[in-house]
Amino acid sequence: MLVQYTIIGILFLGALAFGAFTIILSRLLQPHRPYPEKLETYECGIKTQGTAWVQFKTSYFLYALVFLVFDIETIFLYPWAVKFQSLGLFAIIEMFIFLIILIIGFWYAWKEGALEWR
Amino acid sequence: MEFLNNIFVYIAQWIRETLATLGFTPVWVEVSMAVVYLVAILGVCTLAALFYVLWERKLAGYIQYRPGPNRLGPNGWFQTIADAIKLLTKEDVVPSEADKIVHLMAPVFIFVPTVLALAVIPFGKGMAAVDLNLGVFYLIAVTSLSTIPIFMGGWGSNNKYSLLGAMRAVAQMVSYEIPLVFSLLGVVLITGTLQLQGIVEAQSQVWFVLLQPIAFLIYIIAATAETNRAPFDLPEGESELTAGIYTEYSGMKWALFFLAEYCNLFIVSAMGVTMFLGGWQGPFLPGWVWFLIKTHLLFSFFIWIRWTFPRIRVDQLMHFGWKFLVPLSLANIFLTGIGVYIYKNGLGWW
Repeated sequence: MLVQYTIIGILFLGALAFGAFTIILSRLLQPHRPYPEKLETYECGIKTQGTAWVQFKTSYFLYALVFLVFDIETIFLYPWAVKFQSLGLFAIIEMFIFLIILIIGFWYAWKEGALEWR
Repeated sequence: MEFLNNIFVYIAQWIRETLATLGFTPVWVEVSMAVVYLVAILGVCTLAALFYVLWERKLAGYIQYRPGPNRLGPNGWFQTIADAIKLLTKEDVVPSEADKIVHLMAPVFIFVPTVLALAVIPFGKGMAAVDLNLGVFYLIAVTSLSTIPIFMGGWGSNNKYSLLGAMRAVAQMVSYEIPLVFSLLGVVLITGTLQLQGIVEAQSQVWFVLLQPIAFLIYIIAATAETNRAPFDLPEGESELTAGIYTEYSGMKWALFFLAEYCNLFIVSAMGVTMFLGGWQGPFLPGWVWFLIKTHLLFSFFIWIRWTFPRIRVDQLMHFGWKFLVPLSLANIFLTGIGVYIYKNGLGWW
């Protein structure tokens, strides 16, 4: 168990090292001739207007909230799915009640227009 | 036959024994094996990306009735190698307005979820680098991490196209993750295990694509969206956002994004094969050959989708995800749950 996750940790570091290595390698091989016009932010050739770091659409935020609810739900659903066959009728009814509560919430979000793209 | 079937298992075993005779303690043998796995995974990644970039261009060419790349090497088969060398030696332009650290970190991080996901994929019997008992759950968790580097890249570039692309990418990947997770839940309900090897072995009689056709369909759609490919390629959307997230990336940094994208598509195909198409199970040929054949066919199917459908609008994308796929996948879980219960226990009152 611990060994498996140690291997995953090493793979994590290895993946980071691979990315860093290729970028450093290409840094050694490539030409480097910057000048101000080249380093400007690309905007189809015209002068760059302002910065891109601005406040942004709220509709993304509403989707994120609904996503959070569903994502946490999946954490509950997976253990249930694994043990489903040994738990019997009780588990199936209980989980369906859980799902129905969630579906009511989903329906409410739908009704209130959280799922509309504006 | 038996030898060919297990050739990679034997190689791993041989390396283990060699390390043990060199005087490594068991813990250090495992740690050294991790390095071997890392090299193997990076090899698979690079080879898959090199091959599939060319294969996609070829297939796209045939779909559009043109030859595709055909100059370099026999039938143009060395084209991607030349492209890779070109990208490696190309100047890396970092805009002066960009957040330089975030801009640099994004392509370094993009490769992490890919490598971590490939670690659990069973290429054959006993041929996963780590056979976690949490397999499916781990795979979902790790693949969804790729949202973060993409957003880092979009935000760090300080470019309007990049920011729009990144926002779309996050919204889309987050929305389509739920149908994806729910579609895999149907398979877990049937097998009762999260271990990928166990799921493959449970398909020795019947592939789950036959038991879970709706889930397979949802999986294909959601996976296309998760990998940001047409008809869901809004984050890149070259005709409206220049290159979306990748606008300010050049040279090797861009190549890393590209490499990760193709590897992710390979992973998504491999995952689909493992969960729905029987994994490495098949007659006559060794298991890993079957696995690669099936993955190749599924990958080609994704390419076919990409070059057939036009891109959809953002609002259509969100509506389709939330108002069609999520309810459908929930209904699929209900049906599967009832179905499995009746199959196991019979109808009690009959």
